Amino acid sequence: MNFFAEAFAFIGDGSSWAGPNGIPTRLGEHLWYSVVAVALASVVAVPVGFAIGHTGKGRAIAVAVSGGARALPTFGVITLIAGLVGIGLTAPMTAFVILAIPSVLAGAYAGFEAVDRSTVDAARAVGMTEWQIVTRVEVPLGLPLLIGGIRSAVLQVVATATLATIVGSGGLGSYIIIGLRANDYGRMLAGSILVIVLAVALEAVFSVVQRLVVPAGVTAGRPTDSRARVSRRAPGTATPLQEEGTQ
Amino acid sequence: MNWIWSNADYIWDKTLVHLALSVPPVVLAFVISLPIGWLANRYRVSRGILTVAGLFYAIPSLPLFVVLPAIVGTSLRSPVNIVIGLTLYGVALMVRSVADALGAVEVDVRQSATAVGYSSWQRFWRVEFPLAGPVMLAGLRVVVVSTVSLATVGGVLGVNGLGLLFIDGFQRDIPEEILAGIVITIVMALVLDALLVLLGRALMPWNRPGGASRASSRRSSTRSDATGASSALTPRREAVGS
Repeated sequence: MNFFAEAFAFIGDGSSWAGPNGIPTRLGEHLWYSVVAVALASVVAVPVGFAIGHTGKGRAIAVAVSGGARALPTFGVITLIAGLVGIGLTAPMTAFVILAIPSVLAGAYAGFEAVDRSTVDAARAVGMTEWQIVTRVEVPLGLPLLIGGIRSAVLQVVATATLATIVGSGGLGSYIIIGLRANDYGRMLAGSILVIVLAVALEAVFSVVQRLVVPAGVTAGRPTDSRARVSRRAPGTATPLQEEGTQ
Repeated sequence: MNWIWSNADYIWDKTLVHLALSVPPVVLAFVISLPIGWLANRYRVSRGILTVAGLFYAIPSLPLFVVLPAIVGTSLRSPVNIVIGLTLYGVALMVRSVADALGAVEVDVRQSATAVGYSSWQRFWRVEFPLAGPVMLAGLRVVVVSTVSLATVGGVLGVNGLGLLFIDGFQRDIPEEILAGIVITIVMALVLDALLVLLGRALMPWNRPGGASRASSRRSSTRSDATGASSALTPRREAVGS
């Protein structure tokens, strides 16, 4: 347990909070990488996912991409790209975007797919154009699942950004790697605790956001369900992380 | 390519070590998550277990592997440390699958089993467990693939396995070495996944594709519809994971 004392002493020490290797700087880097990577991935993956979800075409490819990505060792991808393009920010950023795309893609198309077909038919029957169906029916109803996809992408990138320091680009992982090289376990532990707190905090924030984006009409329709059903569904939407960001 | 042929023994050795690192956590996770998943499904208050499991899965792997030695007292570079960490991730994933799978067993079926005289222990093993099989298998497939992939992170800390190919290849600037590591990791994940599917077919012949058409009575076809629906649900859920 004295290791933890050492780690918290490091986190509590004023000098750990200043300078280019200070906790705020490293935390900022870590968050910045994650946000930029997921944003870039979303620009690509959300429209493609929506298109797949709306038309139903290319579904097999989307399933293969999102399923196959699980087998891809993130650590290998980072070192491979760093070896090819050199040390710096390009390598980890490229790797992060590649790693974030499958989760966002899956969230986008699964959101559309989860929309009841009869709801879509009803929208068509009342005279909505295809574009209106997409923007007014499928996007709002699929939003919780899309947020779920973004949530697992963020967590994936936050986790992988810990490894980015190996190829020379800072982040909170730098405490772990510096500690590893200097045989300073207390510092490694401090870095690990910071990353874990960050990840769990983000997870909590996203689970709240995901609940908030459920359209009012959907929640209004639920009280007819039995209590058992509601309680069973609630954890489903609350922890999509389940299968590494399920749902 | 030359590098790969001249170092085939080295790569093969790393592959075997990696396999030994990845398989125990999957088996352990399945065994451990059975009672926990049962509990989470059985009592409403214990559904909270699933939230905890979901939150646990948010913990990035490298930090977990660093923190574990301080808690369980293993050495930082010990494979045991990695096996414990991977088992915890596996349990975090599998508990929900087990709970969902058991929850999908129809109440009528459970009550019928009780009515014909099964004790709750017999009912679990002879009725609920087999019927929950397909959904649990889907969960276990996710666990095996992510475990094989996550085990490479141990390489950062110097734990033997395919992850060492990444570190070594990066430091010595041998892209072939890294590429070989990535390809072998993916192939290993896919092979183990395929083995699970085969095992599932051998153990659960009633779940074979096309088996439903052989079912003549209306009741059994309804049942296979139900299992079909729940297993169709599961991939969709897991697909969003990364």
